[in-house]
Amino acid sequence: MVEVDATHLDRIVAGFAAALRTAGLDVPVGSVVTFRQALGVVGLAAWHPVYWAGRATLVHRPEDTALFDDTFAAYWHDQLRPDVAMEMSEHELTMALDTGDDEAATPDDAEGTQEVDLVLRWSPTEVLRHKDFSLFTLEELVEAQTLMRQLKLATSVRPSRRQRRARHERGRLDIRHTVQRALRTEGEPLIRASTVQSEQPRRLILLIDVSGSMEPYARALLRFAHAAVVSRRRVEAFALGTRLTRITRELSSRDPDDAFAAATGAVEDWSGGTRLGPVLREFNDEWGVRGMARGAVVVVLSDGWDRGDPAVLAEQMQRLARVAHHVVWVNPLKATEGYEPLAAGMAAALPFVDRFIEGHNIASLEALVAAVAA
Amino acid sequence: MTYTHSVDDVRCGLEAHDYLPDDGLATAIFLALELQRPLLLEGEPGVGKTEVAKTLARWTGGDLLRLQCYEGIDVTQAVYEWDYSRQLLHLRTAEATGRATGVDADELESELYSERFLVKRPLLQAIAYGQPPAPVLLIDEIDRADDEFEAFLLEVLSEYAITVPELGRFHADVPPIVVITSNRTRDVHDALKRRCLYHWVDHPDFDREVAIISRRTDGVSDAIIDQVASAVAQFRQLGLYKPPGVAESIDWASSLGRLGAAALDVETAEATIGAVLKYREDQQRVREYGLAKLLEADSNV
Repeated sequence: MVEVDATHLDRIVAGFAAALRTAGLDVPVGSVVTFRQALGVVGLAAWHPVYWAGRATLVHRPEDTALFDDTFAAYWHDQLRPDVAMEMSEHELTMALDTGDDEAATPDDAEGTQEVDLVLRWSPTEVLRHKDFSLFTLEELVEAQTLMRQLKLATSVRPSRRQRRARHERGRLDIRHTVQRALRTEGEPLIRASTVQSEQPRRLILLIDVSGSMEPYARALLRFAHAAVVSRRRVEAFALGTRLTRITRELSSRDPDDAFAAATGAVEDWSGGTRLGPVLREFNDEWGVRGMARGAVVVVLSDGWDRGDPAVLAEQMQRLARVAHHVVWVNPLKATEGYEPLAAGMAAALPFVDRFIEGHNIASLEALVAAVAA
Repeated sequence: MTYTHSVDDVRCGLEAHDYLPDDGLATAIFLALELQRPLLLEGEPGVGKTEVAKTLARWTGGDLLRLQCYEGIDVTQAVYEWDYSRQLLHLRTAEATGRATGVDADELESELYSERFLVKRPLLQAIAYGQPPAPVLLIDEIDRADDEFEAFLLEVLSEYAITVPELGRFHADVPPIVVITSNRTRDVHDALKRRCLYHWVDHPDFDREVAIISRRTDGVSDAIIDQVASAVAQFRQLGLYKPPGVAESIDWASSLGRLGAAALDVETAEATIGAVLKYREDQQRVREYGLAKLLEADSNV
């Protein structure tokens, strides 16, 4: 049991928030304030309420729980021992300063990326359009980014439950607006209003293979994914490697280089191996079949090289195909002359794919745009 | 206005109404009541998220106001709507009785937009609720609604106020207890999460599950309840597409009770498996693993 005064408690809380941020957790100031209030209510008498108060106020995603647990154990273990409590506060202040420095460092980074933007150099667009991604230099990749941004990704539409007002008299009679208008004309319903069912673009899901064999293409396709995420709202992106990583949040940064760095940083197994079957299963279990892929257009960017059991991949592709509106498989190797989908994984997956297209250059990505809109 | 003085009060209160929360959930509920914050519950389907709100309502004695979210939900279904046909009728009546010519047009119009013609939907009901005990507002499956609705909800939940342009501002004298649930088919917006207290509802451990099933079923023997809880706990380890939740355990135990089964053997399990496993592939997987093996392990528990 520890007795601490209010200012000291503030410091402990701020220090804990800093420790969580250092550990990589996203901790908004508002949540820290709530946590401080919560501590005021549950008290510091025991370890348990402090822990659960932290869980309820500072953790917003189940994935962050492990990180929180580790940081909590390390930080509060010391804090809840009275003899070190005062000593520790000095240490926390330094941590808070550290985060300040980090923030100050960000504008420098931004300048750095601007420089990259300034060296934009135009080469003949046509050449770039048909060049294989694996032969791209870094500069060309930057230029390709500009070209990719021009690709307007629009998925096909599906009927939505929402009714919208029709301009002309058709569809269902809209009593609400008819009466509303009648009130203006002394209760005579002279103009009849009507509604029709509105339409919604389908969600687009990009599953990008980031294994070693796909590395040059994954780099380019990730930038394509970024252009898609930034330009539209209903897009989700995942990296497939030896495990599944959701990269939608990382890609949502406006600056392509920041987004790219964040995404590759988040993918721990970048350019490693692939376990397509189990990873797809993870996607189906955690996201896809639960709702994300329902009625969506799913694009898999992969060469289909998979050392695992093809039966697993086939089963998972079937599950995915059952909920998705359309499954498009993009395989950069398809462009190679004489290519046959002989890789066991690719052969297993093909029966459940609606469109099978190449994705080795920008021109073929234009074909992808057309496939997505179908 | 307080219901509780400690986390234990919450636990006892809910237990008295047949809901058995673990420490984390009890603390989150206690904090939600104390700090008057909405409580966001995420978790697998069937772990008892919606039940939290229902039990809270029974315990506090407040009304349960439920808003089931779906795609395309809008203000007219969630907040309020004017009763246009009654407004029209009112206008016609005024005309017929000759009142329309007698009174000032402004007066007649302001009559039309009075609370009398306002149809309150759950959100407005919860805000305009006058007297204690505070109602429990359950916003179910928020992940099904779209982003625009979430943004609107954020506004309502941070101010506990709603403005109806024709009438003015409704402000909650008694802030409702707000429980929001999500199956996590998509991420709820960060801004809304910041506003809420968050708890991930997990499957209960064996002992708690046994306690929950026996509270929620009638006339089922303890032996069967033990077997069901143990089998379900093992199902969850098999990597099924849809691991059974507490709701399924309760269903399974009740089905066995209704059939008058004395014990859970392979035949009865085979006959009733549809109450717990609802994917053909999952049933297949369990059979491949061996029902006998699963049930045998029961007796050792």
